[in-house]
Amino acid sequence: MKNKQHMPLFHVAKRASIKWYYAFLIRAAAILLALVAAGIITTVLTGLNPFKVFGALFTGAFGSKRKLWVLLRDIAVMLCIAIALTPAYKMRFWNIGGEGQVLIGALAAALTMILLGNVVPHAVLILIMTAASVLAGAVWGVIPALFKAKWNTNETLFTLMMNYVATQITAFFIIIFEVPKGAGQIGIINQSTNAGWFPALFGNQYLLTILIVLILTVMIFFYLKYSKHGYEISVVGESERTARYIGIKVERVIIRTMALSGAICGIAGLLLVGGINHTITTSLVGGRGFTAVMVAWLAKFNPFTMIATSFLIVFMQNGAGEISTAFGLNKAFSDIITGIILFFIIACEFFINYRIVWNRRERKEEM
Amino acid sequence: MKKIIAFLLAAVMCLSLAACGGNGAPASKDGGESQAKIKAGFIFLHDENSTYDLNFINGMKEACEALGIEYISKTNIPEGQECYDAAMDLVDNGCGIIFADSFGHEDFMIQAAKESPNVQFCHATGTKAHTEGLKNYHNAFASIYEGRFLAGVAAGMKLNEMIESGKITADKAKIGYVGAFTYAEVISGYTSFFLGARSICPSATMEVTFTGSWYDETKEKEGATKLIDDNCVLISQHADSMGAPTACENAGIPNVSYNGSTKSVAPKTFIVSSRIDWAPYFKYAIECARDGKAIEADWTGTIKTGSVKLTDVNTDVAAAGTVEKLAEIQKKLEDGSLEVFDLKTFTVDGAALPNDHKADVDTDADYTPDTVVVENGAFKESKFRSAPYFDLTIDGITLLDTAF
Repeated sequence: MKNKQHMPLFHVAKRASIKWYYAFLIRAAAILLALVAAGIITTVLTGLNPFKVFGALFTGAFGSKRKLWVLLRDIAVMLCIAIALTPAYKMRFWNIGGEGQVLIGALAAALTMILLGNVVPHAVLILIMTAASVLAGAVWGVIPALFKAKWNTNETLFTLMMNYVATQITAFFIIIFEVPKGAGQIGIINQSTNAGWFPALFGNQYLLTILIVLILTVMIFFYLKYSKHGYEISVVGESERTARYIGIKVERVIIRTMALSGAICGIAGLLLVGGINHTITTSLVGGRGFTAVMVAWLAKFNPFTMIATSFLIVFMQNGAGEISTAFGLNKAFSDIITGIILFFIIACEFFINYRIVWNRRERKEEM
Repeated sequence: MKKIIAFLLAAVMCLSLAACGGNGAPASKDGGESQAKIKAGFIFLHDENSTYDLNFINGMKEACEALGIEYISKTNIPEGQECYDAAMDLVDNGCGIIFADSFGHEDFMIQAAKESPNVQFCHATGTKAHTEGLKNYHNAFASIYEGRFLAGVAAGMKLNEMIESGKITADKAKIGYVGAFTYAEVISGYTSFFLGARSICPSATMEVTFTGSWYDETKEKEGATKLIDDNCVLISQHADSMGAPTACENAGIPNVSYNGSTKSVAPKTFIVSSRIDWAPYFKYAIECARDGKAIEADWTGTIKTGSVKLTDVNTDVAAAGTVEKLAEIQKKLEDGSLEVFDLKTFTVDGAALPNDHKADVDTDADYTPDTVVVENGAFKESKFRSAPYFDLTIDGITLLDTAF
């Protein structure tokens, strides 16, 4: 150490703003670096040509007309959960109970299908299912909100715990309605009558689901941006004290917003059961309640940007499956690739929010 | 957002160019085969880390390589819409016959079969083919109760050895069994195993615990440990992970396994394992589909036809003379002189089963018993449909929990 005063090589400074092309360049560089890193790891670990492996990613997501529809369907579900979580996050209410809220909505829809499948006409059944799912999801969202508003409990832990409660309740009902006895599964509900199944639009099974989510996305965008409720949500999110000072009833906003958040999660559950799976299992949501947190966050809580972020995540998940099929690799390997790419994409946000300032003089001296 | 989309589009173009450039048509595996071509598709619930799926994967490789055909497999397909997606994707890829290995795949396979009438769908362990009436949907299973019975004989020999050596007294010959669900396939499995053990060691009793999952390493390990703590002196299981064998190896308790040898994780406690060899069925079904012949709606392979197998006996652990005894009993099973579910050998609630006992063979939501399954003084398992339907709790077996 020659220098008495050691100066670090660089320091980090917050960016006031960033030009759009600059942000674009950073993201592009991150994805490029991610592909290079993933490529090196692929070659080192498997000896395969990384371009072929990446190619499989694309075939897996876009390879056929059916895959394209599956991709759109899965994006719709992911997007639906992400926009459901958004109002709560805008309010800085850390709802990580999306998983449970979706599952309980799905359970409500499934139970309605089982119990009323042959009792009421098809259209009425779908209406009852919708009401049941929305109500169940809203209740699951309101419970932690009530406790937060009244007793200031920790909403992160509370919503997380509610996930496990939802899973256990679902497991309980699966055992009640299992077919055949002891099998631990319900199977496709109303397979012969299709009662409670969403109708196909223009011959496509998933189109209705996709349209519902698109409409919801637009609605949430306007709700958050232009409505009085939306404004109240952002004020409460910025500062509860300010909100109180200007006469916003904070408790009411928390409960109302979580009811909305839970209700839309309930709709996601409805879509999963009525529109897609036609069955209920404890793993129906499959972690999407958590992945959606990342989708919403990456999009900075803008519902339209979430279309792009959910596309990104679902594209990689659907594409990754093809890697194991095409190359006989374990699924864990495609998870590694997905993980690397996501890591780079998330990490690059750091360089968009901050800049690195090189401490020039120091470097010259040392050289 | 635009930026992300723009970049992704650019990336798509670059990579698809790369993919197109490097990707020649996949060469067929066998070169010139003059026979009609068929491509087979396989759907697995887990991957090779599950003993159950590994057993199927091995069968797939053996059958397809013997027939010299191209095949595609999809692993880690859950029992939901993903199964339907996978099946339809295999159809899109030109598969003429598609297999699925897990019970919960059934409804989704039926859905796919209804939509693709020109493709054959074969579902292992399912129950609905004989009532669904689809020409292109089929179930298959094997008379695994014969293998279980033999594995039970090996367990009975071990119990006798422990009694003779004074390690335990005859009344302490209690077996522990880790089951998945209270489902007929599991019940039939542990009952035939127990009957095999009791045919050798008459004082044997058994306790059963359920995990509520076909594959849950932690729960299976905990279940086995619970049974060992409850003074069970030998453990067997019907669940697909290494959980129970590992627990047995740690505690030094002999283990009779399922789906294949678990000797690698339990060299000091593994005795023998029964398993279904799926290769004969795969060969049969693929050949039928290739030659345009009808596939049976319910196909049941037996020990005689090579569909039910025992692994090599681990002679370090098994009682002396086990190999010879197993060969002797197997011969009796094959020539029909021994019935596994002989009504004389077991009672339910203190009474023998009546000659007109009915079981729930045609699956329905109310579990209605619909078919007489007793013939010539024996419960005829896997005769009226391929999947097991023996779902009675016989005297001598105690269920510790029936939550699942």
